[in-house]
Amino acid sequence: MGSQNGAAVRAEHVAKHYQMGETLVRAVDDVSIAVQPGEFVALLGSSGSGKSTMMNLIAGLDRPTAGAIYAHGKNLAEMDSAELAKHRSRTVGIVFQAFNLLPRMTLAENVELPLRLAEVERDERGPRVIEAIERVRLSGRANHRPAELSGGEQQRVALARALVNKPTILLADEPTGNLDSKTGDEIMELITEINQSGVTILMVTHEHVRAEKYAHRMIIMKDGKVVTNGDRS
Amino acid sequence: MKMRDLTELAGRNLREAVLRNSLTTLGIGVGVASLVAILSLGVGLQQLANKRLTNSGLFNAVIVMSRQNFRGGFGRARGAQQADSSTPPRPLDEEARKELAQIPGVVEVYPEVRFPTGIKFNSNTYPTVVAGVPQSSKGGGAYDGIEGSFFSGPDAQEAILQIELAKQLSNNPSSLIGQNITLNYAERQALPSSSDGGISGGFSVVPHEEKLKIVGIISTEPTTGAGGFGQVRLIIPLDVAEKLQAAQTNDLRSVLGGSGARPNYASLTVKVDDPAQVEAVEDNIKARGFGAFSLLDASKNLTLIFGVFDTLFGSFGGLALVVASLGIVNTLVMAILERRREIGILKALGASDGDVKKLFFTEAGCMGLLGGLIGVLLGWAIGRGINFGANVYLHRQNLPSIELTAVPIWMVIFAIAISIGVSLAAGLYPASRAAKLNPVEALRYE
Repeated sequence: MGSQNGAAVRAEHVAKHYQMGETLVRAVDDVSIAVQPGEFVALLGSSGSGKSTMMNLIAGLDRPTAGAIYAHGKNLAEMDSAELAKHRSRTVGIVFQAFNLLPRMTLAENVELPLRLAEVERDERGPRVIEAIERVRLSGRANHRPAELSGGEQQRVALARALVNKPTILLADEPTGNLDSKTGDEIMELITEINQSGVTILMVTHEHVRAEKYAHRMIIMKDGKVVTNGDRS
Repeated sequence: MKMRDLTELAGRNLREAVLRNSLTTLGIGVGVASLVAILSLGVGLQQLANKRLTNSGLFNAVIVMSRQNFRGGFGRARGAQQADSSTPPRPLDEEARKELAQIPGVVEVYPEVRFPTGIKFNSNTYPTVVAGVPQSSKGGGAYDGIEGSFFSGPDAQEAILQIELAKQLSNNPSSLIGQNITLNYAERQALPSSSDGGISGGFSVVPHEEKLKIVGIISTEPTTGAGGFGQVRLIIPLDVAEKLQAAQTNDLRSVLGGSGARPNYASLTVKVDDPAQVEAVEDNIKARGFGAFSLLDASKNLTLIFGVFDTLFGSFGGLALVVASLGIVNTLVMAILERRREIGILKALGASDGDVKKLFFTEAGCMGLLGGLIGVLLGWAIGRGINFGANVYLHRQNLPSIELTAVPIWMVIFAIAISIGVSLAAGLYPASRAAKLNPVEALRYE
């Protein structure tokens, strides 16, 4: 199996098909990619290219119709629902375009949530939450609610929440899609910093310029298939 | 997720839609309250009935009769069929009374002294039935509502009137207390043995009078033994009644049975230290050749009747709780629709299907617990209200107060457990539905 080459993420002939009325939609069709540990890969494509579906499959939020996905050599297709939940909790951290913070919780409580789900001891949680908040430079805002934060700050909170369980892979789905250019760049700088600390990054984006600027390598998808799977050159 | 975290998150979620969740919880509370109120009434009535029966002194008593009398009178009763026929029948005389008093667990043995009489008062004569009661009857509770007082001593020349007789004697029964009445009765006098060596003994009956002072009036009809002819309307101390040597209905049987002038008792009441010992003492007495019966079976039947009553009416209360549980289903299904995206976020952050299911279960359980607590308090309050209303009515009727409802600790635990159980059952479907949500679709939900 090709999964044994030490890749952080490896997808082999992955397909995700679903029926919409009488039409069979091939959202992802025979995709094979690999992301090495410590790499920063941008998954590019226009709307409907299948890049977000691919990210959901790697995150373990969805299951492929065919093919296999390996995270550090473990086949997600062989995992049951509880093991997939553990994969999402410990191995990967996810940030979304819409931030997806829980509005009634404070910043600190949002960041603490993955620690609760991972059953981390209470006395260990406080320092880890503070560390994650400091990492995204939001100290002093810990007791604010999402509505009191700007879009950029909310995405930083989402990054802190994704990193608090110390995952080895960060999956970012259009992390700058809801932000202005300047704030988007700040978030990209932060993601680059995270990558430099050893975390593997797989970022879904449609922004070619940003991907070129920050990612080590770009994979371009179109109509559910990979059309370019190389480095930025 | 750990239970403490689940509870914290569930509590936070419940506070989010505070009005809807409060109303749902209140619905559960009302269901539990109706259950508790009905059960408390059932238990209260049972306790009241048991107390009254215990106070009557019959539950720690065994009524003993000679086996001949049993066949004639109580022969059709349960006790006669179980009487030990391997031992010869024994006369119920003084010797038997002393023997029965020696049985372990027996605290007192006294005869039934009950005879017809005429009461002279204000130059009128009123026929009635008189019975002797022992001094120990005072503590049984049967005389709790007495107007006046109980006998000052075991051999006091005093009488207590039953209210019906008192009303015959005077339009103002209370004014009778302290006044004297004259008892007209048939005294039994022994005849000397016949000189020709024939039938020994016998007795003649002569009219006699005895003056007694009225000390009390009671509205209840205290039990004075195995019962028999007429209703007892006049009560006198047992020692006084025995000394009167009044002719009783079983005297003729005594003469014909060969005991001659020696009196045989119609029945003896054997008081037992503890109601739990009644059965053993009853068996012991039967083994000695006497007929015996107790009201233990009546007590068991009473428990059965109240059990049926509680189950029947508890079912109606339970129905209200089931209806309330539909409110939980509705509330949680609404919560799933509203929190669909949140469920998706939780799953993206590492929540398993089980975590989501447990979260909704905990929310249902919290509503059940809170509804149960509210319901118990409300049910108790309704019970107190019923009790208050009943006592106001009784007070107006010049009757003593009663405790009509009771909420024992087992009922509190039972009601809360039922409330949580029903709520969890109601949470099954919503929890399962929430757990099965596809996280990708849930995250797309706006």
